[in-house]
Amino acid sequence: MRVVVTGMGVVCAAGQDQQEFWSFLKEGRSAIGGLSLVDANLLKFKKAAEVSGYDAAARFAPKELAFLDRFAQFALISAAEAVTQAGVEWTEEVRERGAIITGTSLGGRRAEEDGYWELFHHKRTRVHPLTIPLSMSNAGASHISIQYGMQGPAYTVSTACSSSAHAIGQAFWMVRSGMAPMAIAGGSEAPMFLGGLKAWEAMRVVSNDTCRPFSADRSGLVLGEGSAILVLETLEGALARGARPLAEIVGFGMTSDASHLTQPSFEGAERAMRKAVLDSGLAPEQFGYINAHGTATLANDRTETAAIRAAFGAHANRLAISSTKSMHGHALGAAGAIEAVASILSLRHGVLPPTANYTSPDSECDLDVIPNAARTLEVEACLSNSFAFGGLNAVLAFRKMP
Amino acid sequence: MSETISETIQDRALRVIATKQGLPLDRVRPESTFEELGIDSLDRLNILFELEGEFDIQIDDEQAKQVTTLRQMIDGITKLVHAKAESSPAQ
Repeated sequence: MRVVVTGMGVVCAAGQDQQEFWSFLKEGRSAIGGLSLVDANLLKFKKAAEVSGYDAAARFAPKELAFLDRFAQFALISAAEAVTQAGVEWTEEVRERGAIITGTSLGGRRAEEDGYWELFHHKRTRVHPLTIPLSMSNAGASHISIQYGMQGPAYTVSTACSSSAHAIGQAFWMVRSGMAPMAIAGGSEAPMFLGGLKAWEAMRVVSNDTCRPFSADRSGLVLGEGSAILVLETLEGALARGARPLAEIVGFGMTSDASHLTQPSFEGAERAMRKAVLDSGLAPEQFGYINAHGTATLANDRTETAAIRAAFGAHANRLAISSTKSMHGHALGAAGAIEAVASILSLRHGVLPPTANYTSPDSECDLDVIPNAARTLEVEACLSNSFAFGGLNAVLAFRKMP
Repeated sequence: MSETISETIQDRALRVIATKQGLPLDRVRPESTFEELGIDSLDRLNILFELEGEFDIQIDDEQAKQVTTLRQMIDGITKLVHAKAESSPAQ
């Protein structure tokens, strides 16, 4: 069975809906700015890609907000946009057998920190009773399920920076196999809280400049936040109900490096790309674009370049590659889903988003990385790469609708 | 004297409940039931937590389970507040 995307929703630093997100991407406008959600005086790095101007009170009633950590709010917002665009018909079959798979690295750990802060810092003897339901990583999936009355398979995948790519890949296979008639899949992340940022600071991979993927003067990643959700269904089902497919999801590949916790291996990434291409049934030459993982760390960018060369051989020189993290930051568990939306928008518009903030070439990152300005180019198919700490890789393949 | 204190306690408790539930204060009366106010089990946990903070008391799990009406909740809090006042030395 062929599987298509009929709805997408996104909220991130670079736009609080699909339209705004696309205008950031095509203009190559970076949404990275000063860290404001946490007191920057307490941190060595001062930059972040925050969803600025986000007003939770304008989106949710006070009573709803009490039960929603920021990461779950983002999940509900992007799910609503996706469901609306897809024009989902809430048949009994869809409610009973439709799947929800969300990805998140940290879940509602911010809510947990709030509780622990009272305990350890203010020497309180009790923690807020909603700490567990607010912080559980499946809160996004559960709230979406409750919101739409979906009673079928619903769960959450947590594989660090590959979380939502794994979630979408799994949902794709569920729909393709006939196990679910439709699926709501993606991920969300809200990592801007002191303890979490301190942990990232200690990793010494966060830039205090900006995110410059594949550029010789890159200085690390910039953390982002947000969510993206896709509605997947069979091509047949979508056409039968008169829905407009936005793109076909044709392949998914996942591998584990099985080598090092944080040092990526190009073989693991290469095998994941090969598997996604193989799963798609397309020839490697049919792919024209890769939305790279492109975190702007030395380890990722050079390894990813080597992996793309290994997977595509001579065709690698004809591929256009960009890292949209240069614009929306690294939204960890939401990154794969946000970049899946970027990939699909690129196919639809025939415009490839650039790698922003690029200044000078690195001889070990010598692919065509679309520096700074978007490129008008129709491509038939693209990959979206996600590689996680822990060596877990997930690659999605999308094809333009004719 | 004691009557005035318990009225105050009641008013404070009702205000906490109204705020937490996002309800107008005049809808929340001592004789209201949890069902009428749409207070579910999770809401009750939330309210108990706020009441503990408001009155600086500790509500025992077993006691909390017995409570089925707002009236019982207010009576229980009143007892705990009085017990606390008696056990702490006069200022």
